[in-house]
Amino acid sequence: MMAINMKKGSPITDKIFKYVAIGAATYVLAIIIMIVVNLTTGSAQVWQQEGISFLTGSDWNSVEGRESYGAAPYIMGTLVNAGIAMAISIPLSFGIAMFLSELAPKLLKTPLAMVIELLAAVPSVVYGLWGLLVFRTYIQDWIEVPLHNLFGDQSIIFAGTPFGLDILTASIVLAIMIIPTIASISKEIMLAVPNSQREAAYMLGATKWEVFRLAVLPYSKSGLIGATILGLGRAVGETMAVTMLIGNATGAAAFPSSLFGPGQTLASIMANEFAEASQGGLHLAALVGIGLILFIMAFAINVVAHLLVARVVKSHEGAVLA
Amino acid sequence: MTRVILGFTLMLILIVPALSLHASAQTSQSYTITGAGSTFVFPLMDTWRVEYNKIHQNIQLNYQSIGSGAGIKLLEQKSVDFAASDAPLSTSDAQKAPGVLTIPDSIGGITIAYNIPGIDKGLKLTGPVIAQIFMGNITSWNDPAIVSLNPGVNLPSQKIIVAHRSDGSGTTYAFTDYLSKISPDWKAKVGQGKSVPWPVGTGGQGNAGVASIVKSTQYAIGYIELAYAFQNKMTYAFVQNADGNSFVEPTLDTVAADAAAASTNLPTADGDWSQVSIVNQPGSNSYPISTLTYVMIYKDLSTVTGETSDKSTEITNFLNWIINDGQQYATGLLYVPLPDSIKKIDEDGLAKVTFSGGAVPEFGPIAALVLAIAIVSIIAVSTKTGLRFNPKI
Repeated sequence: MMAINMKKGSPITDKIFKYVAIGAATYVLAIIIMIVVNLTTGSAQVWQQEGISFLTGSDWNSVEGRESYGAAPYIMGTLVNAGIAMAISIPLSFGIAMFLSELAPKLLKTPLAMVIELLAAVPSVVYGLWGLLVFRTYIQDWIEVPLHNLFGDQSIIFAGTPFGLDILTASIVLAIMIIPTIASISKEIMLAVPNSQREAAYMLGATKWEVFRLAVLPYSKSGLIGATILGLGRAVGETMAVTMLIGNATGAAAFPSSLFGPGQTLASIMANEFAEASQGGLHLAALVGIGLILFIMAFAINVVAHLLVARVVKSHEGAVLA
Repeated sequence: MTRVILGFTLMLILIVPALSLHASAQTSQSYTITGAGSTFVFPLMDTWRVEYNKIHQNIQLNYQSIGSGAGIKLLEQKSVDFAASDAPLSTSDAQKAPGVLTIPDSIGGITIAYNIPGIDKGLKLTGPVIAQIFMGNITSWNDPAIVSLNPGVNLPSQKIIVAHRSDGSGTTYAFTDYLSKISPDWKAKVGQGKSVPWPVGTGGQGNAGVASIVKSTQYAIGYIELAYAFQNKMTYAFVQNADGNSFVEPTLDTVAADAAAASTNLPTADGDWSQVSIVNQPGSNSYPISTLTYVMIYKDLSTVTGETSDKSTEITNFLNWIINDGQQYATGLLYVPLPDSIKKIDEDGLAKVTFSGGAVPEFGPIAALVLAIAIVSIIAVSTKTGLRFNPKI
């Protein structure tokens, strides 16, 4: 047994504790500030050279002597890719959360919740390899080729040569990756709705769906939006799996026009070209600039998410949040 | 419990200085040579590491295959002994790292792999046709340009699916080097580089990514490094040689023939290599899409952090070994051994390596310091624990 002697405590230990805690807190802040400073100074060259056309241009050429960088196709690619992934994962995640919080029998609740969280523990490179070697052939044979044959090249969104490495496949795999994030947070938020709400609704004779719609949903609405935005944050930044699946076109060819065409996201262009970009050159500055854009996007998404989630915590005491 | 923890702590404290003393005692004769760069050369480099260590047990090689560009970055920061790169130093890189010797250490070939059901390896292609395919101007396998090169081959009326590397790579550098040399159209519209603005096609990561697309996608075409194409039993095209009199199969011999033909035009190791290219060399047996891979090292090794005069001798000995005896391991791993003419350039280059000045740091004081810290910490911990930890009752 450890003897605890309160008398021996001195103001010094208190001070040490205080400074250690302050140090730890400052550390996080310092890292963020250093990242921003580094990204800004590292990309200064490309902002000077390209100006606003770095954001709006679609020309991406790193050949020595013809260098020109425009990130618009990649910004669009990121948004489209994340958007499709969200469109797929939100209904599924909410369905899972609804089932787990309102409908599932007790026996099923815990194991199912654990399986969902297990999905989040799979490394993204595994999703990428699975997508590249297994999943894309299914997508190609069962979804893309039939749709392409049905609508042909005339329809814009199904045009191109469907063979599985494209925006659609990347988005579907991305959706699978963000489902656990959204589903588990949504579940917690729905569970945090006070039971008295549900009981009141049941007393009025509401059915299960009506209880959900009238008692649970209004209470958890902003929390659910927060959960989806956290999922969006992950979708925007996901690199490995997307790089392996999206087809990695560059420049104007990467502009997302067809579901079955190759694209490129901000994260994937960095993963692709960073290792071989020459030190101190414009190419490296452009890639760091891409990092800055991505950082700002992720930062904005997270701030919005936290504001929304914080509103739930304030308005409904006892809400459990990730 | 506390006793066990205490025991372990003491044990660690005792062992660590003992080990570091041991290590510093050894350092007087044993060296770790650090290198970084090319992933392409890694399997060969790793074999060299093992084989060289067998005959020189005091030499360890620590080679990090982090990519050619990243290797050059470390060379510019002078934090590695040598860098390995699949592309020569560009003019701007050479300015940032003056006094670097370029030593070719192996040769690579690039195959044009395709996947057409029913057609085995040996489809005949010319450089301009390859360029037109990768520019998206030839879009169908039964395009007259391809059909006329392959009389008797039943080419399907199918769209060509183009696959290229998505990551910056020496393979892309060499492939676009070839296309730029052979097709003015390509040179004007796309150009040469480790990553280029591809007009069409899907990008796969690494040789593995492109090979996976080509293997699993009917009617696909892509460019893949020779050893990787052999190992994965890809079907690849025969490419017309520079003389224009035959279509050459990519093999170790035909790539070596091309490199040997190029060696007369190579600069000296301390010259400007930025424009060096060994593609499309004369000779009826020269496979035209070939590239050198290089080791890069500072001429004056004293500028590199932590270098000593003795170590620099060991580094040059090692590099001399890889370009001579080390080449015997190349063929087994499907690398092309260096022809004698290039070995000669390398030897002349390595003879220029010097080590000027710079005091050799002594290891005595460091070992003493480690020991002193260890003793102090033992005393500190034992007195502290005597006060803090109460025996478990």
